[in-house]
Formats: sequence, C-alpha cells, structure tokens
Amino acid sequence: MEIYGYQRKALHSDAISTLPLYRSAPPLDVRLEDFELFAIDRLRVLKGISDGLSRGKKPEEIDNLAKDLWKANMRHPEASEVVNKDIISHFVLRLVYCRTEDLRKWFLSMETALFRYRFRLESAEAQRALMAEFDLPYKAVSNSEFESMKDNLGQVARSIGQPLTPADTKFYTVPFEEVPELVAGRRVFVHKGHAYVAMNQVVSLVATQFRSHLSKALILTNRKWTSSIREQEKDRLTPIVEALCTSYLGPDYSEPREFAEISIRDIDQIAMSSFPLCMRHLFEKLREDHHLKHGGRMQLGLFLKGVGLKLDDALAFWKAEFSQKVGAERFDKEYAYSIRHNYGREGKRTDYTPFSCQKIISSTPGVGDHHGCPYRHFSEENLRAALGKMRVNSRAVEDVMDKVRNRHYQLACTLTFEAVHGTSCDAGINHPNQYFSESQKVVQSKVSI
Amino acid sequence: MTREEIGNGSEDMVIDECEPEGRERNSVPDEFNANYLKVYYGKLFPHADIFKWISYGNDGKHPACDQSYFSRREFSYTLDNDIYLRYQSFNSASELENSIKEKCPFKIDIGPVYSVDPAKRHAYAQTGDNVFTPVERELVFDIDITDYDDVRYCCSGADVCLDCWPLMTVAIKVIDTSLRDDFGFNHILWVFSGRRGVHCWVCDGKARRLTNEQRASIAEYFRVYKGNENSLKKVSFTGLALHPFLARSYSEVLKDFFKSKLLLSQKLFSTEERYEKILEMIPDESITSELRGKWQENKRSSISKEDTNVVRWQQLKHILQSGRPKAQGLRRCVEEIVFSFTYPRLDMEVSKHMNHLLKAPFCVHPKTGRVCVPIDPNCCEEFDPTAVPTLSKLLEEMNMGTLRADVDNEWDRTSLGKSIRFFRSSFLQPLLKSCKEEIENSYNAKLQHSKNSMSW
Repeated sequence: MEIYGYQRKALHSDAISTLPLYRSAPPLDVRLEDFELFAIDRLRVLKGISDGLSRGKKPEEIDNLAKDLWKANMRHPEASEVVNKDIISHFVLRLVYCRTEDLRKWFLSMETALFRYRFRLESAEAQRALMAEFDLPYKAVSNSEFESMKDNLGQVARSIGQPLTPADTKFYTVPFEEVPELVAGRRVFVHKGHAYVAMNQVVSLVATQFRSHLSKALILTNRKWTSSIREQEKDRLTPIVEALCTSYLGPDYSEPREFAEISIRDIDQIAMSSFPLCMRHLFEKLREDHHLKHGGRMQLGLFLKGVGLKLDDALAFWKAEFSQKVGAERFDKEYAYSIRHNYGREGKRTDYTPFSCQKIISSTPGVGDHHGCPYRHFSEENLRAALGKMRVNSRAVEDVMDKVRNRHYQLACTLTFEAVHGTSCDAGINHPNQYFSESQKVVQSKVSI
Repeated sequence: MTREEIGNGSEDMVIDECEPEGRERNSVPDEFNANYLKVYYGKLFPHADIFKWISYGNDGKHPACDQSYFSRREFSYTLDNDIYLRYQSFNSASELENSIKEKCPFKIDIGPVYSVDPAKRHAYAQTGDNVFTPVERELVFDIDITDYDDVRYCCSGADVCLDCWPLMTVAIKVIDTSLRDDFGFNHILWVFSGRRGVHCWVCDGKARRLTNEQRASIAEYFRVYKGNENSLKKVSFTGLALHPFLARSYSEVLKDFFKSKLLLSQKLFSTEERYEKILEMIPDESITSELRGKWQENKRSSISKEDTNVVRWQQLKHILQSGRPKAQGLRRCVEEIVFSFTYPRLDMEVSKHMNHLLKAPFCVHPKTGRVCVPIDPNCCEEFDPTAVPTLSKLLEEMNMGTLRADVDNEWDRTSLGKSIRFFRSSFLQPLLKSCKEEIENSYNAKLQHSKNSMSW
C-alpha cells in the first residue's frame, strides 16, 4: 500500500461479496489524511464493540451494535470507495495494534467479532465463496448422503435445541480437527473423523480461520514495523500510528455550546448535580484548601472552559479561591497567566482542549495532587464514601466497585451517572464534559416538565 | 538365569517342577523388589517391541525415515528411592534397553516427541522461533476406578474386585467404539494400569499430531459427568434428544450393563442410604415420595422372589417413563441415572496436554506387582484384573520353563507371552504397516513434486 499526498486510484474488486478477507495489503494509493481518518472511523466501530462486550451484551445485541456502528462510521461519499475504506482502515490499524501482545489480543478479538457479524449477513453463495477463499477443507454433503444421514443429523440438531427445518438441508463435512468447539460441545455429528456441520455453524469454522490468519499476520506486521517501517516513517506515519491506539474519539469540547454556559453564581449547585466525580473532587478540594496544584488546575480549569465558563468568569472564580490562600497579588502574578494561557490568550495561543477520560485515567497524581481518575486512584473506602456523598444507592455502589476491581474505570463512572440520574447512558462515559452535558440534559428535561 | 539372582536367597527357593503351579510358599515370594525387576527387565520386558512402536516406522531402513524421531522422544524414570528423572532420551533401541536394564526404574513414563532432543533442550528457548516444544504425542486417556467411588459399594480406594471392575470394561467399550466409529482412529492400544484402571493410547498419525486444543475438544466430547460432592445430579440431559454418540452408548452398552450387572453387583437399591442417592437425582417430590413410600413398606413384606434391586428399578422406570408427558427435568431422568452410574469418567487433564507423561505398557506396578498388560477391547469383558500375572509369578514360570528349547524368547514360556503376542499381532504389526505406507507415500509424493517442479 503506497501512501501519497494525492488522490488514490480505485481498487478493482473481483470479490463477489463486499466482505474482504484482508489477505494482503492491496495496491492502493492513500492520502495521508485518509490514512488517519479512515483508521479512526474503524476504531470507533471496534471500540464500540469492545465496550458492548465488556458490558456483557448478548450476541444478538452485539450484532445490532456492530451494525449501527458500521453504518455510522464506515460510510464514504463515493460508493465505490466504501470497500477501499474498509480495507485501508483495517491495514492501518494492523500497524497500530501489532506492537504488543495486549494490543494484538484486543485487535484480534474485535476484528473477529466484527467479521462474524458481517459474515452472518452475507448470502449463502457469498458465504460459500468466502469459505472457498479460506481453503477450508469442507465438502458439501450430497443429497443422497444427506438422506442417509438425515436421522443422525436431525438427532444432533434436536439435542442442541435447534431442530432442523425443511429448509436446513445444506450440510458440509470437514475433518473434525477443524471444528474443535463444535466437537467439544457435541454440536455436530462426527463419523469416521468427519464432522457434519450445519450452515449456521459454518460461521464458527470461518471465524476461527479468520482469526488464526490475522494472528499470524499481526506477528509479521510487528516484525516489519520494528525492523524497518517505524524508523523509515518516523516523521510521517509513525507519530500517527503511535497516537492512534490511545486516541480519544469523541467530540473534544473545545467549543463550548450555548446551553452549556454557566456562571459562577450557579457553579456550586451545578457541581453537585452535574460534575463527574473527578471534577467534583477537585472542585471540593479547591473550595476546601483554596488551592490546587498544577495537574488539578489543568484538569479542572480546562473542564470548566469546556463547560462554558468564560475567561473573565474563570479568572474571577480562581482568584476568589486562591487569594484566600496566597493573596490577590500573588494570584495575579503567578496564576492568572496560565489560566489565560489555557484559554488561548497567551503565548502560542493554542486553545487547549479539555482532557478526555483516557488522558485523565493515565495521569499519575502524586502526593498533594487531587487530579486523575478517582475510580482508579481512590482507595475502596474513600471511593465508597465519595459515592455515598453523591447518594448512589448501595446496590449500584457494589456494581461500581466490581467494575473498578476489573479496571473498567469508565464503566464505573457510567454506572455512577446512571445511578445518580436514574437514566441509562448507553454510549458510556469517555469524557468529563460529556458527563456534564448528558447530565444537564437530564436535569433540564426534569425542570421543563 | 540362576536362582541367586532372585533376591533373598532363602531356602524356600526350591521349585518343584512337577507341580503345575508353584505355591507361593515354595517358590518366589510374592513381592515387588529391585532384584525381581532386574530379572524382569533382563529377560521379559519387550524392549524391542516398545522401540518399534515408539519409532513409528522411523527405524532408519527407508530413505525417508526421520533419523532423529526416536531420539526426540522423552522418557522419564521413577527410581527406587523415589528419584524422578525427566527428559531421558535415547538414540537407538540398544541405548534404551541398556538404560532400562542399568537403572532398573520402578516406573517408566512415555512423554511426547519434542522439536529437538530433550537432552539438548537448554539450548533452546521456550517461546519465539527457536523453541523446545512438543510436536507429536499419542492421544491418551486415563480411567481410574477411584473416580467412581461414589457409585461403587463393594470396594473403595485402591481396591478393585470383579464386581466393580466391569465399570472399566464398559468404559473401554464406549470410548473404543467412539474413537473408531466417530473419530476414525484405528491404532488404539488399551492397557491395564496395574492396579485399578486402564490407559488408552491412540497412535494414528492424525492423533499424534493433534494440538492441545483438539485433544481438549475430544475429551470434552467424551465428557458427560460434571460434578462434585456438592451437586445432586451430576448428569443432565437437556435438549429434545440425546446426541447419537450418547444414544448409541446407552442403547448398546450402558442400559443393559446397568440393568443386568451393576444393579445387582452393587445392590443399588438395597438400603435406604443407597436408594436415597438415586432418589436425589429425581427432581420431583411427588414421584420420590411415592417411591419412598413403596420401598419403606416393601422392606417388611418381601414376598417377591425377584431381587429387590431389580424390582425397585422397574418401579422407578415405570413411574418415570410411562404415560403422562413429563416435566422438562424428568424427560430423560432414567438415562441420567444410568449415565451417572455407568458412563466413563475420564481424567481430562491427562488427555488435554501434549506434554503429559503416561506410564509405559509392560511396566510393573510397584504396589501390586502386576504387569501393565494390554487389554483386547473386543473381549474386554473377559479381562480379570485379579488374574493379571505378577512379577513373582512370572519369575516362577521362568524357573519352571527351563526345559523348553523351542522358544526364542523367555517371555514365551510365561503368561506374559500371550500379552506380548497380542500386542504384536493386533496392535504393533498393523500400526507399523500403516506407518511404512505413510512414509512411503509421503516420500513418493515428494519425489513426484520435485520431478514436477523441475519440468519446464
């Protein structure tokens, strides 16, 4: 795959179905912007699936989730480019996710889940064509053989609670070694070393092949990456690749929206009702100590900016607190500058964006710091106390603690949101400002009733 | 062979050649010890046959033989003082034989074939490219009668008798049939473990090359019994029918065995404690209390000539299988009970991992002195674990048989002869024939391929 700065040529597709197997990197030219953008779109799909899986969704729900995510993210204005986007995004993510054992494992699981879902949607002929591409040593069972095996096949079907219908006459035989899961579960009829696989079970066959092929490919990709690509591309692709797997993929809240504007008069009340725990904690500490260290100032300050606090109000707010500790003069000399800096009125004039959950979770608060993610850093005792103060019911507290134990901090925060507001948050929390705006939506809908 | 070689040199060693069976008192004291074992390994243990088996045709005679194959196989020894030696490997039949004779191990285990000679394993990594890892291993099963202790009342622990041994027979029949009919394996060796169980070695090439995952899937396919002391009913058949493998096992082996043998030999309904265990498996209070009522009465008035156990089983079956449609949990209750008692209970861990070591056939069990002889699955009902030759008996037989000059091997004068001949004719020879064919075919295929690739 060649990466150029100009328009790409279309891939001449000879596949019957639109489900690529990603056998080899296609001879495409890709624009640099598309390199990153396509990958991000695909990553949204994979992360969405990952989220669904860790929330314990059932297979049918995952299917629907995958469908919606794919539709929402993998479109392209030019119909002929849809397949290319699919292929390109996959191969870019291979580079991103080949680099460690954990990344490979995650990518493998998500891509396989996605593949399963897409394979199930294909027509029977397309499925057969895909099986042929995998070199699966399957053979279609002839009608006469089926007739002689019918009783046994029917019996197996009934034993697994999926009795055959008149339409289910398509069976395949494969060596039993190819379908270990089906054999282990006694979900197939096995005779003389051949397993008789129903059409709907073929997905398992195919997914296993897909996964094993991708697994090997990832190892090779990793070798190429470490031995040559990373160095060659250190000024162009490498920074993009390295940033991609930790990137936050939602809105960045750098432009506060109208309805989210707040004033310092309301800030205490709003903090109680709509701040996520990380910001509540910082806010309380600020009120208590009249001071916050740098990490806390950044995290809370940018959050407030994203929430709609104007610069003048922000300066007034921080000054009111800090001057109680260090005096107004020192505030103006030492702290006001950096607040203005955050709002893009000083120095580089970069308008800094509020931190996402990912960034906050990965920060490392030290002694005297209050930033970071409380679900990660608080002791169990402190966390329970904090949730109690937010009036989260004890049942929900247990669920939250369970997520924390499994290191799903964002899910813990999501459950907290759901408990506090009495609504569900299907999208899951991945940005403190998102928590805030969702919360405000709920609060204001209650008010307007 | 002199009498001095047989241990304690007591005057009891005089053997009367006129007596067909040397009585223990007058002949070889019934023991297991290093001296007896030395004679055994010296004269009786079939070293050459084991070598031929484990080489799978790679004996160096055909150009396509893998010269390193035998030397990449791991053996392990348990010595007299409980010292355990792993990663033993040998380059030839004579090396193997000399090592066994010299070290006189109390137990010999056979492990997998590794990617490299186990003796050189330290030069290789555990992961990555250049690894020391198993590449071939027979598919093996281990069935131990102590796993059935909750359903046999005649013995417990290490004991075994002719009332409970048939549970092993049944296990052999069920698994053997399935290995052949369902999985298509042909070269299967069943071996008595020496005391209270059986081992199974599936030696087809396809079986030896199975991955751990595939082995686990076969073991799971065979698994039905899932329980511990805490769960009441350990076999549960949901679904509208039984899988054909289970249905066949039931109708061909288990149903009849339960009804005609186990019921009576274990007297499964004869006491309240025993029949309560079965009633626990029926998830219907009204049925269990009805039966309980019948049986508590029955104790006082046993008029019928028929065996109590048989009668009660009939009654139970009648209630569960007759007439009215049954609730979900009851539909296959009778089968579940039969399976709970009779279906094979395998040690899953033994089968799942390629690197699991398993005792070699023809070893002698230190606690019983019995030889681990092969069992013929086709007439396994006739196998009697209490009549398997012991080390001392064999030595006795050797002493007695000094007159026969027409046999090539010492073992042929003893009861071990039958076992070795069976091993050769029904297992080793067909196996080697098939291995040779395989080697031949792949060699020819390679030749053909290179010819083709050279053509323009």
